[in-house]
Parts: sequence; C-alpha cells; structure tokens
Amino acid sequence: MTIQVLMPALSPTMTEGNLAKWHKQEGDAVASGDIIAEIETDKATMEIEADEEGVLGRILVAEGSEGVAVNTAIAVMLEEGEDPSALDAVVIEAPAPASAPAPTAEPAAAPAVPAAAPAPRGTRAIASPLARRMASQAGLNVAAIAGSGPRGRVVKSDVEAALAGGAPTVAASLAPAAAGPAPVAETPGMPSYTEAPNSGMRKVIARRLIESKREAPHFYLTVDCHIDALLDARKELNSRSPADGPDAYKISVNDFVIRAAALALGKVPAANASWTDAAIRLYHRADISVAVAVPEGLITPVIRDAGAKGLAVISSEMKDLAGRARDGKLAPEEYQGGTFSISNLGMFGIKEFSAVINPPPGAILAVGMGEQRPVVRDGALAVATVMSCTLSIDHRVVDGAAGAQFMAAFKALIEDPLTMLL
Amino acid sequence: MADTSFDLVVVGGGPGGYVAAIRGAQLGGKVAVVEREHLGGICLNWGCIPTKALLRTAEVYHLMKRAGEFGLSVKEIEYDIAKTVKRSRDVASRLSAGVKHLLKKNKVTVFDGHGRLDGTGKVAVSDGDNDTAALTAKNIILAPGARARDLPGLKADGELVWSYKEAMVPETMPLSLLVVGSGAVGMEFASFYATLGVDVTVVEILPTILPSEDAEISAFARKAFEGQGIKIHTSASVTSLQKAAKNVTAVIDTGDGKTTNLTVDRVILAVGITGNVENLGLEGSKVEVDRGHIVVDEWSRTGEPGVQAIGDVVGPPWLAHKASHEGAICVEKIAGLADVHPLNTANIPGCTYCMPQIASVGMTEQAAEEAGRKVRIGRFPYLGNGKAIALGETEGLVKTIFDAATGELLGAHMVGAEVTELIQGYGIAKTLETTEAELMHSIFPHPTLSEMMHESVLDAYGRVIHF
Repeated sequence: MTIQVLMPALSPTMTEGNLAKWHKQEGDAVASGDIIAEIETDKATMEIEADEEGVLGRILVAEGSEGVAVNTAIAVMLEEGEDPSALDAVVIEAPAPASAPAPTAEPAAAPAVPAAAPAPRGTRAIASPLARRMASQAGLNVAAIAGSGPRGRVVKSDVEAALAGGAPTVAASLAPAAAGPAPVAETPGMPSYTEAPNSGMRKVIARRLIESKREAPHFYLTVDCHIDALLDARKELNSRSPADGPDAYKISVNDFVIRAAALALGKVPAANASWTDAAIRLYHRADISVAVAVPEGLITPVIRDAGAKGLAVISSEMKDLAGRARDGKLAPEEYQGGTFSISNLGMFGIKEFSAVINPPPGAILAVGMGEQRPVVRDGALAVATVMSCTLSIDHRVVDGAAGAQFMAAFKALIEDPLTMLL
Repeated sequence: MADTSFDLVVVGGGPGGYVAAIRGAQLGGKVAVVEREHLGGICLNWGCIPTKALLRTAEVYHLMKRAGEFGLSVKEIEYDIAKTVKRSRDVASRLSAGVKHLLKKNKVTVFDGHGRLDGTGKVAVSDGDNDTAALTAKNIILAPGARARDLPGLKADGELVWSYKEAMVPETMPLSLLVVGSGAVGMEFASFYATLGVDVTVVEILPTILPSEDAEISAFARKAFEGQGIKIHTSASVTSLQKAAKNVTAVIDTGDGKTTNLTVDRVILAVGITGNVENLGLEGSKVEVDRGHIVVDEWSRTGEPGVQAIGDVVGPPWLAHKASHEGAICVEKIAGLADVHPLNTANIPGCTYCMPQIASVGMTEQAAEEAGRKVRIGRFPYLGNGKAIALGETEGLVKTIFDAATGELLGAHMVGAEVTELIQGYGIAKTLETTEAELMHSIFPHPTLSEMMHESVLDAYGRVIHF
C-alpha cells in the first residue's frame, strides 16, 4: 500500500501552508522520524517528520508552493519493497491552493509544477451545516477542527470547544513590515503601487483584530509610572550578573513590566480573565503573552506563570522566545493561550498608545517609552523618568473599578520594585 | 435448571428495557429481561398505544359527524364503548405479543416476575411472595418505569376517581368529567371524552395548558379546545374531592382567591408520574434516588458500578422514545462501541394526540428568550395550505424558532392535523444540525401538510410565499 503524506495542520487555525523545502527527493529511502520537508505556516516554520519508513515515491507539491490547503496530499511514499508501479494506481483528490496568487506585472519564471500535481479541488471537511456556519462566522477553518460526531463529523459542540479553547493568538498593536512586494502596472488616475500578497499571518491578524474590535467593547485606562527606582534597581541587578556563562543575565525594563503585570494580576484576579458566551473565565495563573515584532507581522510568545518566575528567568525565557519567534521557529504551544497581553513600543520612542485586545485574554497593556518629564512633587517642579502605560480592557469581562485596581496595583509594583521581591 | 448467568440483565420490559435487551443481543451479549406484568410496559399496554386506538375511534366519530361537509350522509351515528375499549385492548395485546416474539427472535431470555438488585452483579426474581430465580450479570440495567402520581387529598380509587388505567377501559361513559392536570395524558383523555360527547372540565395549576409547550401553541390549542366545549381553568387547583354514591364534587381554587364547586360523574387524575423505585433492592447499594427518580450520569450510570438506569425512572421527559434511545445508547456504551454519544435532550420530540394534535422539538420561544438567544421566528397557518383545506383541517399553526446569528434551528412547534407525523422532519434537521439554508433548499412535496414546514422556515426569513 502506498502512503500519502498530507499537509499537516500545525495549529487549530491553520488552513493552509507553504511548502518551503523538500529534505528528501523522489527515490530517497526514508526512515521513521526522518525530516522529509519544511512547512511554513502563518506563524512559524515547522518540519514534517516521516511517520513510517519507506521510499519517497512521488512529490506532488513542489518546493516553494504557497497556499497549500491542510490535508492536501503533498507526496506519496512506497512501503519498503513496494514496486514503484504502485504509484500509478494512486488517485489523489488534492485541495486547491487556498488563495490565488497576487497579480504580478511581469510573469515570473514559471515555477516548476510537477506534472503529477493534479488539478486541485477543495477537500470536503465532514461537518454539520451549523458547525460550518459557526466556524465561518468565527473565522475558523472547519477542516482544522477535530470532529466528535458520528464518523468524526464536526458538530456544533466541537466548534464551541475550539472557540473556547482559544485559537492561536496574534497581538494587536504593531505595524506590519510589508514583505516581498510585487510591482503592479499603473491604474489610470492612481499612482503606481505594489501589492504584497497577504501572508497567512497577515490574514490571521486581520481576522482576529476585526473580531476583537467588533465583539469586545474596549475601554482604556492610562497611568504614568515613575520608574527612576526601577531603573536603579535594574542597574544594580544587572551589575551583579556574571560577565558571561549560563547564569549571565541582562534584565530589561520590559522584564520588570512582565513580572509586575503578573503579580498585579495575582492581586486583582478579576483582570486575569476572558469572555466566553456562557461564562467569564477567571484564570488561576497569569500567563503573559508578549507581542514580538517579526518580519511578517507579529507574534505573541507566552511566559507561563510569570508571577512564579524571577526576573532573571523571565528575562532569559523572553530572549529565547523572541529570538526563535523572529526565526519562525516557535511551536504553537509557545504562542497560544495566554491570559493577559503586553505590547511594548517604548523602544520606538512611542510615548503612549492604546492596543487592540487580542482574545482570549480580556486585556492588553500598552507600554510606552520611559522618558524624563517635568513632574510636580510637593508643590515644586521636579524631573522624573515617567513611563505611560495604557490598559485596554474588554468591558464584558472587566469593569472600570476592577481595571483601575489592577492598574493601581501594577503602578505600585513598578514604582517600588523592591515589592516585586515579595 | 435454566441458565442464570448473563452479560446483561434488564429489569423491566417496557420500551426502554426491551430495546436495551435487543440491542445488547445484537451486540453479541447474552441477555435476560425481567418483567413483572406485560412485555412492552405501560407505553404499549396502558399508555401510548391503547390511547391512540381510543383516539382513533374519537377521530372517526368526529369525522362521521362532519360527513355532510364532505358530501356524505350518515344516519344514526353511535358508538359502543365496550367495542371501542375491546379494540384498544386487542391492539395492545397484539403488540405485546409482538415484543415477546422480537425478544425470542433475538435470543433474549425473559423471566416473569419482579426483579431487584441482590448484591453486586446479582438480580433476584420474585413472584411477589418467593424468589423464583437468582441471576448473575456483568451489567444490570434498571428500567422499572413509573406510575401515576397522587397529590395530597387527591388519590385515585379506581371507581369515581380514575388514574389513566381506569380512564382507558371505561365500562360506561360518564356524562361529565373533571380532568386534573393538562399535560399530554390529561389533554388526550379530555379530548377523547369531549369528542364522544362528555362534558369535560380541565384544571391546570400552571398558567397555560400543556405547560411544556410553547405558549403561543398552547394558547392556540386552548382556543380550539374551548371551541369544542371543553371548559379549562388554568392557574387553578383542585383542593378537595368529596365523593358521593355516584358522583364527585370537586372544590376548585380558581386562583383569583375564589373557589367554585363542580360536581362530575368521574375525575381523571393526570398530575404527573413518579418513578418505580421501590422494591428494587436499592437499599444498601450505591444507587442514589432523588425525589422518586434514580440519579444517573450522561451514560445512564448509577452510583453503583455495573448498574445503569434508563427511562421514566430516571426522570423527565417521560417519553417512550426517550427511554428506547437511552437504552440503546446505554448498551452501546457498555459494549465499548466507538462513536457513542449521550442523548441530546434538545432533540427529543414530544407529541400529544388530542384534537388538534400538538408536536414540538427543541426550545420554546420563552426558553430561547430566557437563554438570551436572539431569535427569528417563522409562522405558517393551516389556512394557507392547500392540502389542509382539501382535508377540511384548516385549524393549525407551524412555528419555527431560529438563532438569529447562526441560523441554528432552536425549536419547532406545531398544532393541527397530523403534526405528530410531521415533527420528525424537524427532528432530523436538528440532529443533523441544519440551518435555515438547508431547510429552505429542501424540496417539500406538493400538496402536503409538510409544505407548511417549509413555509414556516421561509417566513422566519421574510420569504414566505403562500401567506
């Protein structure tokens, strides 16, 4: 029996991926666990390992193919000792590329599409009409949801579970970097322009943020935090780091912000919550999603249980996650399912801003730049380093008073960093 | 000596028990059923089936009275209550014999007697005085059913104050009748007796008759019943019954602080049912009983390992088709089949076979509102349907309730001729989780009453054609 290799769904919202690279060629022997290809998704690059051993008989989707729908057959393997003629018997119904390529002014060198790739058609996900509609309204791909109905049919409760489980998260407030623009011929009356095809990540960002702005009634709370004491503490701590070696650290202001937010959530648990239609979900642990800009957009790696972690641990985890995020190497569980979000644009000189909530978390903290500002202290002007932070909250989940309590707790921790040791 | 060791022993041979037993046998188990009275249970012997036979008589009688409308003339329309009851009993016996045959065909052993738990994995069978068999079973399903409930001061005596059982086998027809309780049982008897000319009064403690039905349908039905001469008191209760030699005087609290006395030949008590949880050997087991019903989880498991309970004894809705389905699911779960799903109570249709008939599945408009759902509602009256007019059945309504956001069919509620045969169309739709789109795309044959089911859906979306 030949074995079909299918485009895997690497996350619940993944509907399509790009075939970045084949590690094996037709005719190569494959052992179980061998890496056979690399898939680029909306979030990350993942390697496909062979589940079974055999020979890579035929590649159906060429390297560099974009928008390959989940569950499309991408290759056919022969079992050990199987005659290659078995390949001719294989009939594959392949799903269509989920998106049409963007128009280009000049035809690029025709990509090598193997003759074996059949005319693509959509795979039919087995789902009830209601499940299909609910998934489409929520922007979920029904094919990526595990079905619990008869013969694996996706039913209403599966879609509800997928929605409640929190689809992968993309945070909200960073501007994207346009990638790989394709020049387009001039339209009369319009200046010339280029069109950058929407990447998977772009589409997820667009969909989720529209959803958030439409569904979640945002309100905003801003506080100014005096951070001179924090900067002193940071300098003091960093001066004690070993010069190098595994224990070396360099704590950033953002690491303090992550820990302070987690501790403040411990004091005001009402703010550590998210909305579901049936209930408000109050989390028992603060998992902080931190927005990280990457070339294609942004991604939100999660510091789990940040309140239980020291600054050095938070700092080193954050460096590792951010680095791998930029390389597109995060595993889905590393960027899905936070309980509270932070977006920091201080390094770009932004004084203050309001971020879009990125569900499932019911709130996002937008952190501005720490800068010297004139302040009034005991009736006299003085100079202090001030950092403005704005909390965006989903009013369905958290009311003004609870939001304000959280911000007060956060400000108290940031302004008196020794209390973060408690 | 009969074999007494089984994979599955089912206590009770009603629609829950015998279906569970047959399903168990289909799955390769060695199965026994213990039944103390009639195979087929109350449903088949003293409930659903014999009452349908009686109501058929009432329906034909009613049509004969309307013969002139159809260009027919019938002289001297009379009924013979003895023959009517005999037909009803014959229908029940025939079906009970059928169940016996089905169990035999599936190699299910039937023990006559009262079954009870007798220690872990053991069921004792008794003839009422002595134990007649001791069975061992890997799994036990309790399906003992339920019986009519009494209220304080209101107790059936079988003479002047009837339970459903006496109401089903009258020797003579009363001239006047009081029905206490307006659920399906109460309204079916009210309809049967009223159609045959008895002066019927119904007293219901809740504000609407058929209280589990959608309020609009209930109001529609009430108007129809009152048009037939049935007197209905809602938000009212019977506080006492004073029995004389040949009649009963009921004191009715009409809810507005007033009481009124009503003297009738007979009273039918139809105020709900209570589970048969006595003498089941539950004492000393971990089976829990709450207010007359056995407590079970979604897979019908009781607190006692290896002991399941299904049907009326586990609580409402008290419906034969719910019991049967529960029985099959329970056995499939025990057998470890893949793809077994707990019963979805939102998809259990309910039918009342009075004139007009009432049928429904899913949420009422009130329930949808209470659940905070934004809804779209469609209605289509029998007056707009060609088949209904041709049949001379122009009294009725088909109402559909959709979730405004997702198009989910939340509920369907019907009153009118043959709606009990129509409702399963919406039942299938709900089970398949169809939205309004699939229902709109379905082609309904013309001319049928079922076209109204299509039109009602169209109406919910402002697209109704024939009204």
